[in-house]
Amino acid sequence: MTDLINMWVYLATSPLLWLTITLLVYLAGQWLFQRSGGRALLNPVALAISLLALLLLLTGTPYATYFSGAQFIHFLLGPATVALAVPLYLHWKRVRQLFLPLAFGLLAGSLTAILSAMGIAWWLGGSLPTVLSLAPKSVTTPVAMGIAEKIGGLPSLTAVIVILTGVIGAVAGPALLDWLRIRDDAVKGFALGVGAHGIGTARAFQISGLAGAFAGLAIGLNALLTALLVPAIIRLLHWLA
Amino acid sequence: MIAVLAVLLAFQLLGEAIAQVGHLPVPGPVIGMVLLFLALQWHSALPESLRTTAQTLLSHLSLLFVPAGVGVIQYGALLAKEWLALTIAVLLSTILTIAMTALVMHVLMHRNGADPSDD
Repeated sequence: MTDLINMWVYLATSPLLWLTITLLVYLAGQWLFQRSGGRALLNPVALAISLLALLLLLTGTPYATYFSGAQFIHFLLGPATVALAVPLYLHWKRVRQLFLPLAFGLLAGSLTAILSAMGIAWWLGGSLPTVLSLAPKSVTTPVAMGIAEKIGGLPSLTAVIVILTGVIGAVAGPALLDWLRIRDDAVKGFALGVGAHGIGTARAFQISGLAGAFAGLAIGLNALLTALLVPAIIRLLHWLA
Repeated sequence: MIAVLAVLLAFQLLGEAIAQVGHLPVPGPVIGMVLLFLALQWHSALPESLRTTAQTLLSHLSLLFVPAGVGVIQYGALLAKEWLALTIAVLLSTILTIAMTALVMHVLMHRNGADPSDD
């Protein structure tokens, strides 16, 4: 028994354990998602996060210990973002044709994301750090954290909000777009990318390669625009207040 | 595969360097994406190995968000107090954003007659 405890004590602090568990839990989530015929509510990201959070709480493992292993996966977000150039290159012709609808769709979506998230939370009595942490919620994690830090939000809370946004967008987005009778994969993908960044993009790639390419394009453009808009909006609010 | 990984990391590194030096609000990987895109346009060809590796990486994009998402366990106290405002704000705002983006694009595309089904 003491051997077993010693082994746990040793493994629990090594990066290998939580890296392996993260991959296994994700694979299990994916298997479940596919077995259920792609049921949206069984979103693999949401499943994996809930299960891992539960495991950490039950074993009393601090997040820092978990992240020392999981950081190797987290690191790949960078090269994966760079890799979005590939689908963009493959579908560039269609992107050029749609220049104006893309520009105005992006501007409308980006403003809606920032203003509605802050406004609703404020109206419901959210505290100032929470409201500020919500402002960059629709852009990809590293950018959102950077923006939150700049305006006085809580970067790691923003990371959590960003993931929640992505999961909601991936789960509800496709049904919403069907309900709105949007049939063009380019529009579907771009809307998922603007509203739900990388997790929406992962979902868009399941619709089609074209949808994925437009979602990937949206991640980059929305990161750019939100990084410019949020500080300007905060300054405007200060000036008005 | 290793060569492709090196290419992706090199472009990310270049992007990070440019973002740092230019004090840009844009993150390094996004600049790296733009640079790789320009390189592909200039080269006007896509190496097969880059295409397959990029596709493999992107098909598991959702896995890469798991570690940051698990960070939710650090916010037990804050979430206990504000979870309702947070959840409603995120839920409504995400739905509004997706709908707004799609509808604006849809209307503009139909006005331009870009969609043949509209005629």
